[in-house]
Amino acid sequence: MESIGVLMACPMNPYLEQELDKRFTLHRFWKVPEKSTFLTTHCNSIRAVVGNASSGADAQMIEALPKLEIVASFSVGLDKIDLAKCKEKGIRVTNTPDVLTEDVADLAIGLMLAVLRKLCESDRYVRSGKWKKGSYMLTTKFTGKRVGIIGLGRIGMAIAKRAEAFSCPISYHSRTEKTETKYKYYPSVVELAANCDILVVACSLTEETRHIVNRKVIDALGAKGVLINIGRGPHVDEPELVSALVERRIGGAGLDVFEHEPEVPEELFGLDNVVLLPHVGSGTVETRKAMADLVLGNLEAHFMNKPLLTPVV
Amino acid sequence: MGANDTQQPKELPMVLLHRLPSFNLPPNPSFRDHLRSHFHILDPHESPEPYDSFLSRHAHSIRAILPVGPTQISSELLERLPALELIVATSAGLEHIDLPACRSRGIVVTNASSAFAEDVADCAVGLLIDVLRRISAADRFVRGRIWPVEKEYPLGFKLGGKRVGIVGMGSIGSEVAKRLSAFGCTIAYTSRNKKESVPFLFYTNVRDLAANSGVLILCCPLTEETYHIVNKDVMAALGKEGVIINVGRGSLVDEKELVQCLVQGEIGGAGLDVYENEPNVPKELFGLDNVVLSPHRAVMTPESFEALFQLIVGNLKAFFSNKPLVSVVSNE
Repeated sequence: MESIGVLMACPMNPYLEQELDKRFTLHRFWKVPEKSTFLTTHCNSIRAVVGNASSGADAQMIEALPKLEIVASFSVGLDKIDLAKCKEKGIRVTNTPDVLTEDVADLAIGLMLAVLRKLCESDRYVRSGKWKKGSYMLTTKFTGKRVGIIGLGRIGMAIAKRAEAFSCPISYHSRTEKTETKYKYYPSVVELAANCDILVVACSLTEETRHIVNRKVIDALGAKGVLINIGRGPHVDEPELVSALVERRIGGAGLDVFEHEPEVPEELFGLDNVVLLPHVGSGTVETRKAMADLVLGNLEAHFMNKPLLTPVV
Repeated sequence: MGANDTQQPKELPMVLLHRLPSFNLPPNPSFRDHLRSHFHILDPHESPEPYDSFLSRHAHSIRAILPVGPTQISSELLERLPALELIVATSAGLEHIDLPACRSRGIVVTNASSAFAEDVADCAVGLLIDVLRRISAADRFVRGRIWPVEKEYPLGFKLGGKRVGIVGMGSIGSEVAKRLSAFGCTIAYTSRNKKESVPFLFYTNVRDLAANSGVLILCCPLTEETYHIVNKDVMAALGKEGVIINVGRGSLVDEKELVQCLVQGEIGGAGLDVYENEPNVPKELFGLDNVVLSPHRAVMTPESFEALFQLIVGNLKAFFSNKPLVSVVSNE
């Protein structure tokens, strides 16, 4: 398969890169100085694109690659891929569901604990050498807090299962009510926010869910409420969130994603009630390898005319 | 109650508040008011009289003592309180109380672990996720404006599927086990005695537990037997990828050895809420990203304190009305 051209959109995983290099003719898009000339030159040999949460295949890219057959994403999120265009042109699309579900859910809970119990703040305090005997600072109990989940898919369900072990009552909002679960359903995100202490974004990013957490939702969540975002930055109206945090109209936030990664609003750096992570939801050695193997497996299956492992389109 | 209104107020039972000057009960006004409306609280530090004469003067009336935090109750103090029958401890740990002396005098001790267990367990789990997923370190990376420069943050390690070894399966250990089971961890434990009602694999000693675990979580009391129970051997058995979480007492671990192992990469990481010589924390740990440090705050939530207050008042009320106590320490 060495003659098959594969375009890797951005650096994402050394092991994946290595393997793609071995099996295909790999083009590293980020190393190309003149991107449009490159596309014109190689457009007839590139039959696959490998993207991720930052960079995928938009309409322009798809149009520029007439021989494109498959887009394999190193992520479960598909917001960087023009799915409609792919469908139109008969281009297959795969992602990496299930293998990263647990890690993302673990991180969501980790963020809840870190924000409520001020773990990062405490760590900073100890490292500063300022800890004196008899001094103490109260934090907020996590067990028993009401957790509201936006999106009850694989990741949302995994978060619910973990939070239940902490006796957290679970409620959710999703496109349709999931009658097979026992969790409380709210028909709107505002109502969900008004009735929980911790609001978690766990849905996919689409046109409908862009800024699903807006000013109204933030107000409903309130001064003691905490927002956790392990979805996509654009799920949240970031400037609104920032001003709510700075003005203490919301209790705190744990954010793994931002609207313009890797840029993070400066105002957040001075706050002790936020935890800021550089999009590491699936960032473990074990999971990234499993994700890479899934990408490779999907590509192999496609080029050998076998059924795809995790097709979306 | 109406018929008693016109009578003289009954003399309130006396309770000695035993504390070091730098410690006091949390400044919760409703708790203090409630306590003082039901009991006559004797606080030697709020009296101009020298401690010794204050104590001698009241000794014969003191049947109950309320120690604040880790303030020591030694056999010498017990000897000076011949009428003492009850110690209402306000911490989960009891190593500051001379328990054998209490036993031989027939003095009953109640503890507070049930008030704290959930918060301590939450803290243990939080520290574990933080160490494995590098949450505090990654937060520093973002706040240090390094993300736009370095683009990728180093990978952490998966929690699911890890073998977790819990040292001490009391109220705190059980809450930790319940939580981590939901993350797909397999739980094993060691304890003074095997607990028949507990479904997890039991090891008779910490070293064997460590040899069969990827994570060790310390939730047991500090006693003569458990002092430095996590030593060089145990850390070697735990191995290079092992993680130690300590929400018990600093001296459960040979701290010098721990620091060396961490600095030399002999174990994978640590999440610590307690230290051998608080508030001193070995500075060698400050530069490590696989270590998360907390200043003995595992119980510090308003909810824990509320539960503690209920327990204190509940135990004192029960004692003075000859009813069964709420949280007696068993001699198991």
